[in-house]
Amino acid sequence: MNTPLEIRHLVKKFEIGTPNEKVALDDFSLKVEQGDFITILGSNGAGKSTLFNAILGKFMPDSGQIFLDGEDITYRKDYKRALHIGCLYQNPLRGTAPNMTIEENLALAYTRKASPSFFAVNKKDSAYFRELLARLELGIEDRMKTQMGLLSGGQRQAVSLLMATIAQPKLLLLDEHTAALDPSTAEKVLQITKEVVEENQLTTLMITHNMQQALSFGNRTIMMDSGRLLLDISGAERAQMTPHKLIDLFSDTAKQMLSDRTLFSS
Amino acid sequence: MALGVFIAFRILNTPDLTIDGSLVFGMSVCAVVTIAGYPILALFAGTLAGAVAGLITGLLQTKLKINAILSGILTMTGLYTINYMVLGGQSNLYLQSAVLNENNSPVYVSSSTIYKTFSERTAGLLGSDINTSVLVLTTLIVAVVATLLCVFFKTRPGMAIRATGDNEEMVRSSSINADASRILGIMISNALVALSGSLLCQQQRYADLNNGSGMLVVGLASVIIGQVLFGRRSVTLGVISAILGSMCYRIILQIAYKIDMPSYAVKLLSAVIVILALTLPLIKDGFSLLRQRRVARRGE
Repeated sequence: MNTPLEIRHLVKKFEIGTPNEKVALDDFSLKVEQGDFITILGSNGAGKSTLFNAILGKFMPDSGQIFLDGEDITYRKDYKRALHIGCLYQNPLRGTAPNMTIEENLALAYTRKASPSFFAVNKKDSAYFRELLARLELGIEDRMKTQMGLLSGGQRQAVSLLMATIAQPKLLLLDEHTAALDPSTAEKVLQITKEVVEENQLTTLMITHNMQQALSFGNRTIMMDSGRLLLDISGAERAQMTPHKLIDLFSDTAKQMLSDRTLFSS
Repeated sequence: MALGVFIAFRILNTPDLTIDGSLVFGMSVCAVVTIAGYPILALFAGTLAGAVAGLITGLLQTKLKINAILSGILTMTGLYTINYMVLGGQSNLYLQSAVLNENNSPVYVSSSTIYKTFSERTAGLLGSDINTSVLVLTTLIVAVVATLLCVFFKTRPGMAIRATGDNEEMVRSSSINADASRILGIMISNALVALSGSLLCQQQRYADLNNGSGMLVVGLASVIIGQVLFGRRSVTLGVISAILGSMCYRIILQIAYKIDMPSYAVKLLSAVIVILALTLPLIKDGFSLLRQRRVARRGE
């Protein structure tokens, strides 16, 4: 079986040639195994979202390669990659069309997989959507004809999650998708995320700022800093990790790297 | 006419100024083909011309990433020259052709139009008044086009166009080519406008270079009136309300004419209607705020 995602020596700089030049991804490499659920930690500006945008094809990298399921997708157009990648953002407004109904939104996302039909909304698909929505236990399965914009943030995010996963993508990217929700709704959406990921056995990357969450979710945790991979733990090492130890480890490794850099530059 | 503007504004959510140009483009192409003796083909040719104009604007917007308003203005400006050329280097063209009589002097014979033919065919049914047949035939065409449109917006490509106007990013992440949807939407919108230009040309029996100016505002006025009166809950309702809105707009104009409004004031009136309709929600809010304050003051 192919590796679902492999990133080789990815470099992305912004505002090259100006005093504001920023290295967002610095020779970043990562190999993701089938069925991995990786949580990604890192301070603001560490390059987490840049990494996601590179995978999604929002911009072209300066150098390096990205492989999705064994295929080189480094220079493929964003909408073509989206056939196999599902993504969820922090802002619940980004993933859905507010003036269209829940049913229409789902139908649109399902276009990737659905059997060709003349009308986008049809009975067979609607029944399937209803079943999926009912599983969320948010009571929205009876409001399929409601406009998306009338739902609450949590509900929208839950529906966005369905939309991102409805076509069984090879890769699911979650960019702090619960950060804009209140704690109890966030908990609920996380729970749904876990169920959906496990059920479909999706290979997932999740960005989070919550260390406890980063350690309790998934099977592997990576930490980024200044566009580089700082830490990559899984298995027993991860099981013994606590948020406190993580911070210590982070500052140690960061210090180590910093001294390395000073050494090289001098 | 209003339907085309409806797509541009409400569905694609971008003001498309190409409309002023594509209306005349449709009109001119229609005029030329009608004079050649093919009135029905002329309607299709006119519509197609509009679609081409839309394609250009669409490409400017998506592939060359030119601002939406500017792309429209650019196409519209370029079309002015094209239209002039299509009309044979003159600013208007009457639907007639010169036939030489036995004395070798030209006699102008007016070209056949769909309205004329329709009127002749249905003379027994509708009477010989050409205005009746204009009304009936136009209503028929509008009904057919509106139905096609409503059905189209429920198909997958149609829904993709609606979603592109609503949230382009979401369309991309659903692995749909948003650029293609946008271009297709602009093409349909301009094709409809050009069709209305073609119909107008056959009805008034001439094409004029200046018929297009301000058409965007006229169309917008219709769309907004329809929206205020009939709501905008779904696409089907939106299409219907755009049609009804354009009728209301005509009625308002007729009333204005009755109270001796000079014909040159039409454009100003249209602009005022659009401004009023657009600010209506704001005015409403302002009033309710005033009322709340008054109630609050009294409560003290």
